Amino acid sequence: MKADLKIDCFGLLCPMPIIKTSQKIKEMQIGQVLEVVASDEGIKSDMPAWCKTTGQEFLGVEEKEGEYRVYVKKMKGLT
Amino acid sequence: MQREKFNIVVYSGDLDKVLAAFILATTAASMNMEVNMFFTFWGLNVLRKKKLTSGKNILQKMMSLLNRGGADRLPLSKFNMLGMGPAMMKILMKQSKVPAIPEMIKMAKELGVKFTACTTTLNFMGFTREDFIDGIDSFAGAATFLAEARECKVSYFI
Repeated sequence: MKADLKIDCFGLLCPMPIIKTSQKIKEMQIGQVLEVVASDEGIKSDMPAWCKTTGQEFLGVEEKEGEYRVYVKKMKGLT
Repeated sequence: MQREKFNIVVYSGDLDKVLAAFILATTAASMNMEVNMFFTFWGLNVLRKKKLTSGKNILQKMMSLLNRGGADRLPLSKFNMLGMGPAMMKILMKQSKVPAIPEMIKMAKELGVKFTACTTTLNFMGFTREDFIDGIDSFAGAATFLAEARECKVSYFI
């Protein structure tokens, strides 16, 4: 999947990937896609939950050998 | 649109419990919620500077010696072992890149989490405002917390 921006959260535990995602999304334009690379499998459930709560679009997750690549599309502003 | 509110009472001053409180608070703030942490009783130690408090009488002075403040020297609720437990826990946290409590405080403030300190505890423990770190948004009591909590979908006590 193609993304406009990417953050590396490999090796970080909950809730750091979510906090870093929210900080990055704040800086992005609506319509842009963020790729989050993580190693904590909690992200598979946490990111869709975060997207649902904040109104962003969860595009999916690619899983390969303990590495998770999660894609989020910014749909609305965050305060 | 009105943001959803999340309140958390931090009653405990134990490293493990305070960590759980900060994980929930920072995550809630990242989820666009308005977060207020209400620090009371042992929880106030998290916001205290690392110095002895003066105290107005002998009991308060004694308490000041025994009940040490400072976010980086909180005890563990289990296996404290005279401070060996927290020392080991901090190494484990560092190895897993889990932020230490002082970093959690900084992160929470950056995310807009509000801190309230309980004035009742302040008074009977003999603390003054000078005993606390910067970043406390208000000094208030139970009614303030409850008035906020009434409007919250989620309200916790740790």
